[in-house]
Amino acid sequence: MEYLIGIQGKDFVIVAADNVAASSIIQMKQDQDKMFKLSDKILLLCVGEAGDTVQFAEYIQKNIQLYKMRNGYELSPTAAANFTRKNLADYLRSRTPYHVNLLLAGYDAVDGPGLYFMDYLSALAKAPFAAHGYGAYLTLSIMDRYYRPDLTRDEAVELLRKCIEELNKRLIINLPSFTVRLIDKDGIHDLEKLVPVGAK
Amino acid sequence: MALFDVSGYKNHLELRGNILGTGVRHFNFGTTNQEFAVPAGMDPSGFLKSCSREGQGGVSIDLNHGTTTLAFKFRHGVIVAVDSRASAGSYIASKEANKVIEINPYLLGTMSGSAADCQYWERLLAKECRLYKLRNKKRISVSAASKLLCNMMLGYRGMGLSMGSMIIGWDDKGPGLYYVDDNGTRLSGRMFSTGCGNSYAYGVVDSGYHEDMTVEEAYELGRRGITHATHRDAYSGGVVNLYHMQEDGWIKVCKEDVSELIHRYKKGMF
Repeated sequence: MEYLIGIQGKDFVIVAADNVAASSIIQMKQDQDKMFKLSDKILLLCVGEAGDTVQFAEYIQKNIQLYKMRNGYELSPTAAANFTRKNLADYLRSRTPYHVNLLLAGYDAVDGPGLYFMDYLSALAKAPFAAHGYGAYLTLSIMDRYYRPDLTRDEAVELLRKCIEELNKRLIINLPSFTVRLIDKDGIHDLEKLVPVGAK
Repeated sequence: MALFDVSGYKNHLELRGNILGTGVRHFNFGTTNQEFAVPAGMDPSGFLKSCSREGQGGVSIDLNHGTTTLAFKFRHGVIVAVDSRASAGSYIASKEANKVIEINPYLLGTMSGSAADCQYWERLLAKECRLYKLRNKKRISVSAASKLLCNMMLGYRGMGLSMGSMIIGWDDKGPGLYYVDDNGTRLSGRMFSTGCGNSYAYGVVDSGYHEDMTVEEAYELGRRGITHATHRDAYSGGVVNLYHMQEDGWIKVCKEDVSELIHRYKKGMF
C-alpha cells in the first residue's frame, strides 16, 4: 500500500514517499510524512506495520543524535545504515520483531551521496536506485530503463515523475500525493510535493 | 558503537541491578516501565484467540468491541461525538456505556475496541496527566498526552491489547486532535473516526464538512455522523454523546437517542 523510492545522482540523492496513513480500507491521514531526519545530511524513509514504523525510526533517530552528543561528530551514512540494520537483525529473532522496510539516503563529505535499501529481514544493500511497496513492481523497471549515474537534478525529478505517473495509471491503490526531498553537500532540501497529473 | 563499548560505560539500570541484586523485583507503576510484569514465554494474544468463538473447547468470551466515535476540528474548536453501545459478541452488554473519558477540563479521550483496555489505560493516562501538572506546574500538552498513551501501548506490543482512541484537547498550540491505537499508531489530524462504524461516519462527515461551519452546524454534523453510522452498523447504537472542545475547556453539548434522531432525519424520505 505504501511506497518509497530513492534515486542517487552524481552528487545528490533524491527520495520520495507517499503521504497516506491507512488503516484497513480507510485513509486516516493524507499528509503523513514518512521521512525521518537522522542528521543534517541523512534521511530515513520508513514504511511497514503500524506503530512499528514510527517507533523504530524514532529509536534510530534518537540514537544517532545521542552518538553525536557523546562523541562530538556525526555518524556517516554508511555507519548509520549498518547501525540500523544491526538493530533490525537483533530484534528479528526476538518475541517482537520490527516489521519495517527502509530506505536510508545520505551525503558523506568523503564518499559522496549514498542510498541504502533495507528490508524487514534486515537485508542491507547499497544501490543507485531503490523502491519499496507494491509500487516497486511497477517502477523498478522504469528506473532500470532510464537511470544513468550522471543524472542531473532535473532529470532525476523527471524520472521520479515518470514513476509516479505510472503508479497513478496502473496501481489499484490511489496515492494522491508524494513528499520529495533532495540531499546534497548543502544538506536536506524540501522539493515541491508531487501530485500525479493523471492518465490521458 | 565501537567507542561506546570500548569505554566500558555501564548504563544506570545495569548498575542499579548490581546494587539491588537480581533476586528482588521492584515494580515501577509508571509509564516508563511496564505496568504488568509478564512471565517470559507467555503469549496473551494467542490465549485470547483461543477464547473467542473460533478457538476450540466451546469457550466463547468475546470482548466488548464495536463502536463508532468521531472527532473533527473546525474553526471554533473540536467536536467529539460517540455512540453508547457496549457489545459482547452479538449481545448488547450496555446501551448507555460512557465512551468519553474526561481527563481534565482541557483534555478528553474517546474509547473504542476493548472496553476494559480503554477504561484502564485512559484512566492511567489521566493519572499521568495529573502527575505532570503537579510536577511541572503547567497542564500537559495534547501532543505529550497522546505520546504517553502511545508509549503505554507500545510497551505491550503483540500482547493482544485492543484500543482505538482519540485524544482531544486545547493547549498553547491551539486545538489538538490525535488518534492513538493499540499497535502504537499515533496520528495528528483534522478529523478521525474509530470503531467498526467508522467508515459510515467518514462518509457523512466528509461530505457535509466545510471549514466555515457555525457551531450549531458542527454539532449537527457530529450528531449526523454517529446517527447514520449506528443506523448501518449493528454494533453501534444507544445515544449520541456530543462534546465541544473550546479554548476555555470542553462542554458537554447533548445526549440524544439515535432511534429518535434517525426517525427525525428520515422523515419525509419515504
